[in-house]
Amino acid sequence: MRISGAQILMEIFREQKVNTVFGYPGGAVLNIYDELYKSADWLKHVITCHEQGAAHAADGYARATGKTGVVLATSGPGATNLVTGIATAYLDSTPMVAITGNVACNLIGRDSFQEVDITGITMPITKHNYMVKDVAKLADTLREAFHIAASGRPGPVLVDIPKDVQIAQCEFTPAEKETAPKAKPMDNAAVTKAAELIDSAKRPFLYIGGGVVSAGAGEELLKLAETIGAPIGASMMGLSAVPHSHPLFLGMTGMHGRYAASKALDRSDLIIAVGTRFSDRATGNKTEFSKDHKVLHIDIDPAEISKNIPAYVALVADVKQALTALNAYGLSHSDPEWLTEVRALMTAPDNHLTMDESILNPELVLKAVNKRLPPESPVATDVGQHQMWVAQYYSFEKPRTLITSGGLGTMGFGMGAAMGACIGTGLKKTVLVTSDGSFHMNMNELATAVANHLPLIVLVLNNSVLGMVRQWQTMFFDKRYSNTTLNRPTDFCLLAQAFGAKGLRLETLDKLDSVLDKAFSIDGPVVVDVRINRDEMVLPMIPPNGTIKDMILRG
Amino acid sequence: MESSRLILSLLVNNEAGVLTRISGLFARRGFNIDSLSVGETQNPRVSRITIQAAGDEYVRDQILHQLEKLHDVKVVEQMVLDNTVLRELLLVKVRAAPDTRGQVLDAVTVFRAKVIDLTPETMTMELTGEKSKLDAFIAFLEPLGIVEVCRTGVTAIGRGGYVLTQNEEE
Repeated sequence: MRISGAQILMEIFREQKVNTVFGYPGGAVLNIYDELYKSADWLKHVITCHEQGAAHAADGYARATGKTGVVLATSGPGATNLVTGIATAYLDSTPMVAITGNVACNLIGRDSFQEVDITGITMPITKHNYMVKDVAKLADTLREAFHIAASGRPGPVLVDIPKDVQIAQCEFTPAEKETAPKAKPMDNAAVTKAAELIDSAKRPFLYIGGGVVSAGAGEELLKLAETIGAPIGASMMGLSAVPHSHPLFLGMTGMHGRYAASKALDRSDLIIAVGTRFSDRATGNKTEFSKDHKVLHIDIDPAEISKNIPAYVALVADVKQALTALNAYGLSHSDPEWLTEVRALMTAPDNHLTMDESILNPELVLKAVNKRLPPESPVATDVGQHQMWVAQYYSFEKPRTLITSGGLGTMGFGMGAAMGACIGTGLKKTVLVTSDGSFHMNMNELATAVANHLPLIVLVLNNSVLGMVRQWQTMFFDKRYSNTTLNRPTDFCLLAQAFGAKGLRLETLDKLDSVLDKAFSIDGPVVVDVRINRDEMVLPMIPPNGTIKDMILRG
Repeated sequence: MESSRLILSLLVNNEAGVLTRISGLFARRGFNIDSLSVGETQNPRVSRITIQAAGDEYVRDQILHQLEKLHDVKVVEQMVLDNTVLRELLLVKVRAAPDTRGQVLDAVTVFRAKVIDLTPETMTMELTGEKSKLDAFIAFLEPLGIVEVCRTGVTAIGRGGYVLTQNEEE
């Protein structure tokens, strides 16, 4: 069968079971869009307002479903607008394939109209990227791109297709029956060493990251925790991997981690780190962090072992496979006093800090949302204080329900990501928790949410300031509030209406239930402008490069 | 941890942009490349790269692991120096007026270099060997007036059965 490059792309989408693509048309992808037009019966294309939104949407789709997200953009500015989205996916190891058009091969290198070296630009933020100059290589390159994106430690892959390659024809051979990729055999000696180390520990602590979510290894993790009697703490990316209501789950650790989680980690004699890379936000001072306990590091990426924190024993493997092997070992239980001590930490007053309950505060708002939203529903966030409050106060019970930018910390991530998650989960009611600062970055995508009738609640925690930066200015810069007091008069209700969405305002505590009930009763997108105090802090906080001893509990 | 010299040998896909991927990786992770040499192997689809770098155990492990993650990198190996032949090619041009030419030719004989070009004012030599030999040759020529120096960087090959091979599973 002789078909064009653009048709080959459709065939590969079909092979890879892609049924949703996020993107934005333009001159260098016209041929691809022509094929999308003809494929509309099986392939949904969601046009966003900006390519960045499309990239975040593909990312959110992938995070919520575990499938590879696909984004499509034209050459030049279309391609560069993807960059933040690709970097976000890279830092959080999300499987994504980005397809960009480029000018025809004979125009490349001549600074042609809308030409940009997108493979050069995205080299450090992709697992791999390609420019395909020969249509005969297109099909296999695309198959390889999907394979790389989803295998091992997932991540984004970009394929740049010049316009003439989209037009050129060649013989297309459908892929043979796909063989399930064989998991690499584990190093049995390493498994034994890991098991022996766990057995010798009296006070083990399970520190879990995004790898547990992406491997779908929550059950195996809980089994290990229960067998050996280890409390569980999570990095932000590890939230939702296991049900937060589980009695061994202590919450997030790290800079804004929960008291009991940080304390228990500090008092443990063995940290069993699973699918995590010890980000500086999670460890604080690295030298102090690794004092007084051994670290068993389990991760699929050998480059993460001892990169940030030296591992005493390392097990390089798929997390699910590794945990299954460890669970088969008949490991012994930790010291009985250890869990007693952990339970005391959990019930300590410092583990139950609450905000001022006489006023409308983020904790009360988020807990009220938590009560209303089904546990299977995704909760997306932007970046800043509101994100930390979600991480602290929302109880995630199902994996892949927290959609948040961890590594890159991308303000403006939320709108696109929430839409992608909503579409990926078959239009489940989705909540985006954002703030006036973050929402202002990419609120244009409200138009996309309206056009697609997405059941999306956008909760703008509006404090008129850039809260997280303001918090740092309060704590470390003597309250010199440089450029963080926004006081923008934006009327989010009118704005929502202008986009064709509903807008609600929540200003006082007594209206909390009625306004949220109303918001949840609305089918299409609704924006809730939630007015909160500008000096609300995210606590506890361990200052950057600090240790547990520096933990600030009260403002 | 002590910093020491590392010689890395890589087999990579002979594709456009591979060198950028490798040098870019060193740059963004903050590792230095002291020298890099590259050329095609007996298989035209595969190139071999020799990188000389310096670093402690941490840097070495990171370099190896991060390089292994690059899709175009098929094999990375830290060469065992005791079992490896290292060579570098030097081209050097000196001012060689008739009165200093004798001194230069003495050095050529002692270092077993080769004169490859001669003009009334200059003489150009080639010399292969290990880094220290090339350094010594340059040091000797320095006072005579070096015009240009051109070095390829180290290239390395294992002795005997010490062969870099690609895993067949790819």
